[in-house]
Amino acid sequence: MLEVKDLHVHLETPAGLVKAVDGVSFRLEAGQTIGIVGESGSGKSVLAHSLTMLNPEPPATYPKGEILFQGENILTMDKRRLRSMRGKEIAMIFQDPMSSLNPVFKIGKQLMEAIQTHQKLSKKEAQQKAIELLTDVGIPDPERRMQSYPHQFSGGMRQRVLIAIALAARPKLLIADEPTTALDVTIQAQIIELLKSIQQKYGTAIIMITHDLGVVANLADRILVMYAGKIVESASTADIFYKTAMPYTWSLLRSIPRLDAGASERLLHIEGQPPNLIDPPQGCNFHPRCPFARDACLQEDPPLGERGSGHLAACILSQTEFEKEKKGVLLS
Amino acid sequence: MMSQKRNLIALAIFLLIALGTITANLWLPLSPVAIDAEQRLLAPSAAHWFGTDDFGRDIFARVVVAARVSLAVGVIVAIIATVVGTLIGLISGYFRKTDFILMRIVDGFLAFPALLLALALVAALGGSITNIVIALTIAFFPVMSRVVRSAVLQIKNAQYIEAAKTTGTNNFVIIFRYVLPNVLSPIIVQSTFIFAKAILAEAALSFLGVGVNPSTPTWGNMLQESQIYITIAPWFSIFPGVAIVITVLSLNILGDGLRDAFDPHSIQKKKKKRRPKQTAPAA
Amino acid sequence: MLGYTIRRCLSVVPVMFVVSIIVFLLVHLTPGNPAHIILGEDASPEAVAQLEEQLGLNDPWYIQFFDWLKQVVTGDLGTSVFSAQPVTELIFANFGPTFSLMILSLLFIMVISIPLAILIVSLRKTILDPLFTSASLLGVSIPEFWLAILLVLGLGVSIPIFPVAGYMPLAEGFGSWLYHLLLPAFVLAIVEIGIISRMLRDSMLDSVNQDYTKTARAKGVRERDVLMKHVFANALIPTTTVLSATVAGLLGGTVIIETLFTIPGIGQLLIDSIHRRDYPVIQGVVLFIAAIYVLVNLMVDLLYAFLDPRIRYDE
Repeated sequence: MLEVKDLHVHLETPAGLVKAVDGVSFRLEAGQTIGIVGESGSGKSVLAHSLTMLNPEPPATYPKGEILFQGENILTMDKRRLRSMRGKEIAMIFQDPMSSLNPVFKIGKQLMEAIQTHQKLSKKEAQQKAIELLTDVGIPDPERRMQSYPHQFSGGMRQRVLIAIALAARPKLLIADEPTTALDVTIQAQIIELLKSIQQKYGTAIIMITHDLGVVANLADRILVMYAGKIVESASTADIFYKTAMPYTWSLLRSIPRLDAGASERLLHIEGQPPNLIDPPQGCNFHPRCPFARDACLQEDPPLGERGSGHLAACILSQTEFEKEKKGVLLS
Repeated sequence: MMSQKRNLIALAIFLLIALGTITANLWLPLSPVAIDAEQRLLAPSAAHWFGTDDFGRDIFARVVVAARVSLAVGVIVAIIATVVGTLIGLISGYFRKTDFILMRIVDGFLAFPALLLALALVAALGGSITNIVIALTIAFFPVMSRVVRSAVLQIKNAQYIEAAKTTGTNNFVIIFRYVLPNVLSPIIVQSTFIFAKAILAEAALSFLGVGVNPSTPTWGNMLQESQIYITIAPWFSIFPGVAIVITVLSLNILGDGLRDAFDPHSIQKKKKKRRPKQTAPAA
Repeated sequence: MLGYTIRRCLSVVPVMFVVSIIVFLLVHLTPGNPAHIILGEDASPEAVAQLEEQLGLNDPWYIQFFDWLKQVVTGDLGTSVFSAQPVTELIFANFGPTFSLMILSLLFIMVISIPLAILIVSLRKTILDPLFTSASLLGVSIPEFWLAILLVLGLGVSIPIFPVAGYMPLAEGFGSWLYHLLLPAFVLAIVEIGIISRMLRDSMLDSVNQDYTKTARAKGVRERDVLMKHVFANALIPTTTVLSATVAGLLGGTVIIETLFTIPGIGQLLIDSIHRRDYPVIQGVVLFIAAIYVLVNLMVDLLYAFLDPRIRYDE
């Protein structure tokens, strides 16, 4: 359904050209859920916004690549067609529910705007539909709540409203850009459950952007790990967790507390900062922070290589070499 | 980057005007007061760059000399209004007990359109330069008090001030050592705007015939005199006006630039306060 | 909201009290004997004494103040020394032209500033935007009386399309009323157009990349509607706060414009009274204008609270 081919997105900042997305390719089938995981500054959010070209231009430019949605290239689409895709085919929810709703319009008005942008419905019908949607996303007393303003809602409730807005036109693809980051942990879990149930009910494909592997662990079919504008590992969720093939993914996993971790596994945090994308390091982008870096990593930027069926990783180490290194670290 | 250049140009122009008028006696080729009945209302020429006025006086020389009064009034009003307004704002913002009464008084003054208050005061006091300065100071200090007060309220609960309080530091020491330096930027910006507004207001008062003694060359007086010759000697009206515009514009650009330099998010801040006093340049 | 409205309305009382003190003191600031100044130096002592009595100048100042305040509250602003007419009558006789001028100016301001700001924001990536910000700074740096002189020269005398002086009451016909007021109202509006459109542009630019506009765009809403609905509605709220400053600018400017275009409004009345040293009229006009301004401020504050749902539903 969606195929991204060698996508490059650049940001022209006063400090220099930032290659925020640097040659990303992936596929998504209808009804599938993928998670895109990375630290802040890895380009995952820019990538998500690129899919419907919502990055502010300037600074963003799209110098290279294709985003094929049902065979059409979004990057070269005319404005009218692109607009008719947004919300209708591909919908999006954002990180901060507190600021993503317009503070001066009622919830109902904002939801009905989403409904009426793509469907020719009378006000009555749109209202009816809005109430259904709010019920679907678990807002109690929707009829009355339509008359409320965003500031009268809690963060979790606002995110539910935003999900309802995104679902208004029954999109085939829902892009969720860190939808739970700004929320309390208990609310996070509720929102994830909601997304799951939506997926089951409507068969919407979901792209979930997050910095937290835990968030996508039981939601995504596949996980893409992004680092410095590139995909460094791509595999089924199980493979990411149990057959990790890239040191960065491994570091990410080691940095989240897990109940099933053995006593020997210490909680690690990743040393250093994500690289400066205006002037990225030579060789593999991750080598300055990689516990297993060797001399060759300074020269060579390894491409994504096959590690098993449907499992790609960008590392100079083969799977057996990597397993050996991991053991070494755990024993030390 | 572009605006940086703009600010520097504005500063340069303003300094040029200020220096030019201060040193006018040293370099002006023609006298600003020499009357010559033969040379009445001459159009601009090589001899008289800006032409001559109804008494045959050189308009260029008069425009240059007139800047003295206008700039002097502007700068003195800006300084006094800033000092008075800042003091009231600091006290009102810092001591809650004084706030209500001080702000009601300030609100009372703010209830008059500034130009109107100045006009009424000059009418009562009489039109000398001193009285114009007094009137304009009274017209412009309230806005400064409001600006300073709201800046003080914003930082009042900051930790460094709380810390100073708990160590028993004298309130006035806190105000001048800790509070004042942290509210300096809005004060500087606002005083630049007061400077600009005072120049405009002085010109308006003189133009209305209640300002500086008509025999003193000021831009407002020149415009007042030139009015009746508008059709036969337009240059008489144009040049003093252009002088006002250039001077006030350079001050407004400077104020705008300072505001951006001090606070890149000035726009967002404006939105948050319940009813922020306007900090935009205004006539 | 109700609580806020009541509190805000009550706050007018202390402000008007301070205002009346200031207005009262205007006369008492006058150096020398006001009666002498009004009547001239060679007035007979009897006439001076009589005027002093009439003005109540022999009582202590606070007694004078409360006597005066008592009258003012009952709507009696005294009588003109010059024409012996009640000041209230004079003000109402002269208020029509001023009111017309201000309403027309406000109309100009709205009709020009709002589309201008939207246009500039929709073309914000072009050279037009920096040109506009410079122009708006230029706009607030021009003395309006000078601009008026130039426009009178350009539009009124050289090309006599618009009359440069005089006023026709609305009762004489809408056409000639408008015809006489267009030029002065436009001149009066120019400075404020610069301020309002700049403020609106600033707030719109501030709002244009907010998260909620991203939500709207992601819904598939047209860019034009994102600007005109979402961005504009948010930008309008902070812009209302400068509206009272606009009215202040207009009230101050009307004095100049009425003098220049010889429009018989209260600005003209004020200037004439200043030249005649007709203190009761000066006091009355100044008090009247301040009262209008205080009321406008009140209405703007309430409008602001009404427009922003975060305040409207505060309680």
